Amino acid sequence: MAMNYSEAVMDHFTNPRNVGEIENASGCGTVGNAVCGDIMRVYLDIDDDGIIQDAKFKTFGCGAAIATSSMATVLVKGKTVQQALEVTNKAVMEALDGLPPVKVHCSLLAEEAIHAALWDYAEKNGIMIEGLEKPVSDISEHDHGHDIDDEDED
Amino acid sequence: MKQIYLDNASTTRMRPEVLDAMLPYFTEQYGNPSSIYPLGQEASDAVAEARSSLAGCIGAQPREVFFTSGGSESDNWAIKGFARANVAKGRHIITSAVEHHAVLHTCAALEKEGFEVTYLPVDGDGLVSVEDFKAAIRSDTILASIMFANNEIGTIQSIAELASAAHEAGVVFHTDAVQAFGHEYINVEEMGIDMLSASAHKLYGPKGMGLLYVRKGVKLLNLIDGGQQERGRRATTENVSGIVGFAKAAQLAEAEREAVHGSQLALRDHAIERILREIPHAKLNGSWESRLANNVNFSFEFIEGEGMLLQLAARGICVSSGSACTSGSLDPSHVLLAIGLPHEIAHGSLRMTLGRDTTLEDVDFAIDSLKATLANLRSMSPLYEDFQKTGEGSIIAEMKAQGVPYVS
Repeated sequence: MAMNYSEAVMDHFTNPRNVGEIENASGCGTVGNAVCGDIMRVYLDIDDDGIIQDAKFKTFGCGAAIATSSMATVLVKGKTVQQALEVTNKAVMEALDGLPPVKVHCSLLAEEAIHAALWDYAEKNGIMIEGLEKPVSDISEHDHGHDIDDEDED
Repeated sequence: MKQIYLDNASTTRMRPEVLDAMLPYFTEQYGNPSSIYPLGQEASDAVAEARSSLAGCIGAQPREVFFTSGGSESDNWAIKGFARANVAKGRHIITSAVEHHAVLHTCAALEKEGFEVTYLPVDGDGLVSVEDFKAAIRSDTILASIMFANNEIGTIQSIAELASAAHEAGVVFHTDAVQAFGHEYINVEEMGIDMLSASAHKLYGPKGMGLLYVRKGVKLLNLIDGGQQERGRRATTENVSGIVGFAKAAQLAEAEREAVHGSQLALRDHAIERILREIPHAKLNGSWESRLANNVNFSFEFIEGEGMLLQLAARGICVSSGSACTSGSLDPSHVLLAIGLPHEIAHGSLRMTLGRDTTLEDVDFAIDSLKATLANLRSMSPLYEDFQKTGEGSIIAEMKAQGVPYVS
């Protein structure tokens, strides 16, 4: 496959961190859609001080989708809710030593999944998180061009 | 790590006999077939012999076989060359929704030149209906192009019936036989094929080498103008080694065709049966009955194909997928969508195409690995989590309830 993944991406795809569910999670968010081929679900366990004690994910998607979910959960663990907002798609990509251009949307989806879980936490607790906007449920629509036509000849 | 190559529809490993036949034409018999001294004439003789041999494989005359750079050029030449030469007779072309892009994009290019193209739909098995085909023929239809066998799902079309229907209406019939040539029995006379595209590297021959069969009397405009090679129909100094290699590969394939076909069919059916028996939420894509002997194509629910390919590659298994993520495109394969698969399960497709060296052990190792890979990816899938919690949301379970065959 002509997919040039970094070693870090392959590591997080092959040995993903934090796969699973959290029962009675403080916040849970699911973004993406199966039609486009990516769905990410993030569970967060947030303590009374607003610190993310645990993060888990499940992802339907390509290698980059799994790797970015894994890295995003690693990056938010142990952080405060405010600090977690700084885990942007750029931060996830940098931590993975980059992504092929066609896979950048996976990192956006990972950011969005974290935001969706935080939004759920805020709603459950009736609080406002400064700088957090309601996530769009279907990030794929505004990022997938569906116009790249570059399939293999065979 | 041992590589288990199960992507023979993509390309094949060249046979040593083919390489041996080609080698002298690089360094010893390197003459230009257009030259009149003996070195040139020997090359010319080799090309003539190869042409005659390849023509014999499909029941054609040597003068009806033209060498090209591969299947895509042959498709381009057949369709563009015929359409442009016959525009006075009409501007309508019929093809199918499941053709290779070499045909689909060629037709799209002709639409920009003012031709009209009907893209026939296919049924759930990937078959073009002969009735639909007849109904699509208009008074201004000049050409039909329907592939012999599909490169993704292996479905073999009713070529003789389609060609006969075309001829009844005076329509010329082309078939892209890239996946079938050397693998399936083909006779252009018996089947009524007017033009046929084939490629050498799908049958253990060299890459960059193809042919176009053009029935005597069928008029084409040239794509490549220049010298008088190919009787003035296609310029470019002949790829002598490639031509010799193509003929050698086809001779070997023809001699062994029935035996190889039989053994691949047994391995293919073993693979299909094992997957249906041992892997839940799987669907065989394409017809089981009218199918290339080396093609296994499944959709697996709740997962995306690229992850499957990467994990299998880590075990040395080379396969392909119709998923968007593996193609550089963002939409899944047009073939899988044309047979009616929802995007969700088209993304989770896997194609294994067996070769002449594939063993039962290879197939079993690949399926064992596939089982482990799918279990792993499903354990990470939110769709599978939802299905396990609610028992709902399985597209393949719905298909099964509706009586769709070959699903687990």
